[in-house]
Amino acid sequence: MSKLLKGPSVNRPSDEDRPLLEIRDLAITFSTPEGPVHAVRNGRLTVMPGETVAIVGESGSGKSTTALAAIGLLPGNGKVTGGQIIFDGEDITHPTEERIVALRGSSIGMVPQDPMSNLNPVWKIGFQVKETLKANGLAGNNSKERVAQVLAEAGLPDAATRAGQYPHEFSGGMRQRALIAIGLACRPRLLIADEPTSALDVTVQQQILDHLDTMTSELGTAVVLITHDLGLAAERAEKIVVMYKGQVVESGPALEILRNPVHPYTQRLVAAAPSLASKRLQSQPTEVAEEINAVVKVEHEIVDEDILQVKDLTKVFKIRRGLGRSDDFTAVDNVSFSVKRGTTTAIVGESGSGKSTVAQMVLNLLKPTSGSITFDGQVMTDRTENQLFKFRRRVQPIFQDPYGSLDPMYSIFRTIEEPLRIHGIGDAKSRQSRVKELLEHVSMPSSTMHRFPNELSGGQRQRIAIARALALKPEVIICDEAVSALDVLVQAQILNLLNKLQEELNLTYLFITHDLAVVRQIADDVCVMEHGRIVEHSTTDEVFNNPQSEYTKNLLRAIPGATLML
Amino acid sequence: MITFTLKRILQLIPVFFGATLLVYFLVFATPGDPIAALSGGKPMSPAVADALRAQYNLDQPFWVQYFLYLKNLVSFDLGQTFSGQQVSDVIARAMPVTARLAVMALAIEAVFGVIFGVFAGLKKGKLFDSTVLVASLLVIAVPTFVLGFVLQFVVGVKLSWAKPTVSSGAPWGDLILPAVVLGLVSLAYVIRLTRTSIIENKSADYVRTATAKGLSRRRVVVVHILRNSLIPVVTFLGADLGSLMGGAIVTEGIFNVPGIGNLLYQAILKGESATVVAVVSVLVLVFVIANLVVDLLYAWLDPRIRLV
Repeated sequence: MSKLLKGPSVNRPSDEDRPLLEIRDLAITFSTPEGPVHAVRNGRLTVMPGETVAIVGESGSGKSTTALAAIGLLPGNGKVTGGQIIFDGEDITHPTEERIVALRGSSIGMVPQDPMSNLNPVWKIGFQVKETLKANGLAGNNSKERVAQVLAEAGLPDAATRAGQYPHEFSGGMRQRALIAIGLACRPRLLIADEPTSALDVTVQQQILDHLDTMTSELGTAVVLITHDLGLAAERAEKIVVMYKGQVVESGPALEILRNPVHPYTQRLVAAAPSLASKRLQSQPTEVAEEINAVVKVEHEIVDEDILQVKDLTKVFKIRRGLGRSDDFTAVDNVSFSVKRGTTTAIVGESGSGKSTVAQMVLNLLKPTSGSITFDGQVMTDRTENQLFKFRRRVQPIFQDPYGSLDPMYSIFRTIEEPLRIHGIGDAKSRQSRVKELLEHVSMPSSTMHRFPNELSGGQRQRIAIARALALKPEVIICDEAVSALDVLVQAQILNLLNKLQEELNLTYLFITHDLAVVRQIADDVCVMEHGRIVEHSTTDEVFNNPQSEYTKNLLRAIPGATLML
Repeated sequence: MITFTLKRILQLIPVFFGATLLVYFLVFATPGDPIAALSGGKPMSPAVADALRAQYNLDQPFWVQYFLYLKNLVSFDLGQTFSGQQVSDVIARAMPVTARLAVMALAIEAVFGVIFGVFAGLKKGKLFDSTVLVASLLVIAVPTFVLGFVLQFVVGVKLSWAKPTVSSGAPWGDLILPAVVLGLVSLAYVIRLTRTSIIENKSADYVRTATAKGLSRRRVVVVHILRNSLIPVVTFLGADLGSLMGGAIVTEGIFNVPGIGNLLYQAILKGESATVVAVVSVLVLVFVIANLVVDLLYAWLDPRIRLV
């Protein structure tokens, strides 16, 4: 790009000119029992010294695989089968073990994705930093001070003491800081940051990325940032490489790609990115569906009726301290809100804010310490078993992890039929036709019935979970992070589906999420929770356009790409 | 940590009483007359039989017998065998033999189990791994007494590499073959446990991170894979020491080892309640203490575990 135009650099054989990392026509193949899988085909990537390049794509697009190949960290069954990887002029496509060990840490660092699983749980943080320095010959005589210094640089407060602690004594954000410290400890010229913050809360994510930005630009480190979040990529990187099904489909300057996406996939990605979309989803179906909608609308005109009322809800957990002593921990503190029939109320908050605890109490899976939950005019506490059973029919959950919430031994038919059978609805034949109908509702072919969860993708599984939730014709559906585990495009599909179903069936949603961007797309009302309390409760537009509490403002600011002007 | 240990030691008291009561009752309820067994099936005059019953308190009801047993126990008197020896002396003679046997078996399974398991796990799917897997399955499938007799015959009699039976005094050298037999089944389990654990850990995220730091392969294996993989293995080994002590009956029988297992077996045949209860109680204690050590070891190996 512009580097070529710089006059003086033509004359001197400077490193400035040469790409730090260049990947050409990379092909990576995994050998699996089912035969070879071509995970990456013609991977292309150029990183200049000091530059930040983002690789964007959904899970399985080959973005991590491409970057990990550069540091020789492909899993055992993966192999580079074509192309070249050139680091600082040196071909490292098939390096010797010795050479790649020498490069790792000192020349190419890595910050991995999940801070919970990437630190060895049995060694102290300081030890894990120190061995990095040692392995690259940088420990020196006063390694203890050096360790503390490296950790402090990564923004870890009280680093010297912290170095003596184990990973489980750290919060997620602090662990990620420790991992950044390790990644940058030996001053590598290139840092591979593999979704470094996707497991963290949005405000922590912002702090960590800001810090990483500052550090890498001070040290002049080039960064390959791998992310599924287009907004985040655009905000943090100069160049974006979009990968889809193992191929690079588009690359170029970040804003350019956001404004004028050329490839159809990128166009869909830009359109679906929740952080960039900015209004409540409306059903946009064909004319026929609109006609139906019109009819349905007349029947289910939103009536001003609270189907769910939560009043002064409090949940106190006892944390055992041993020898019969315990501390009280107030997870939910005096929470009140109400949900109108046919609308969506979102409860937003970071992890530990108590939002899921509220959902569990509303589902009657957890007993409130005090306060009341009124469902359709009936107070829910002190209900009989029988009443509870009937209540369960009217309120159904959809959970976060579509891999964990479906029984792997149950066929799809059995999964969806189970609630009907338990509640003794219909005979075998009518249940079968009901399952077919439900699958149609969630846009799955009825042949899916005979398949098993492991044959379906994450998005398809979530559709099955929705079909199961709908089986009993519930009035309220509680979605506990129902789309958080899904890729952006799939997430958009599921949100559209939920929206369509709401209009068709006059459903009421209680939507638990940490993602404000999703809230904007689905919710009518929003409750923002912090430390067990509701700090803001208003309509979605009000919360986004005119946030009252400082906490909400922080959350909004932290949405990746929120500040981008398109 | 200290409170935890004290608490666990206090727990020994109810465990001990419960175990002795249960075993005492089981021996009491076992059909057959110990006095008749004592005479070797020969007729005995009722007067002599009654006198013997009175001597061993066998004419008393169960609760009285148990109470008398406990009373003696407080003064460290474990009672007498039918042949008039002090039970405590008999146990003191047999115990070191079995302890030696168990420790040797444990050492064999720990050393070879971990070595084989680590290499099998690191080279998963290769020839060595498959061979080890099949061999360990075979060992698990074949009952100990078959293994014992086969090894005794082949190694001891045919090849004369080791003594087929143990001479009196049970020196270390004589115990090698029985220790191998005793440890073999557990060895197979240790191999499989280590192997699974290694396979699980070697693809862990933190191992990849460790590699990315620039550590050598050797250091990654030893520092990051091995220590984490050994946690379940060490706890298995600790708990196994208890079962080796108590489970040596068959092996001790085959090789004629004068240990606890043999002693217990003879006492059960004779209906000698004092010996049976004492031996089982000692074994219960060994078991409970082994488990306590395992718990402490576990917390030491894995800092995430907090003992409360």
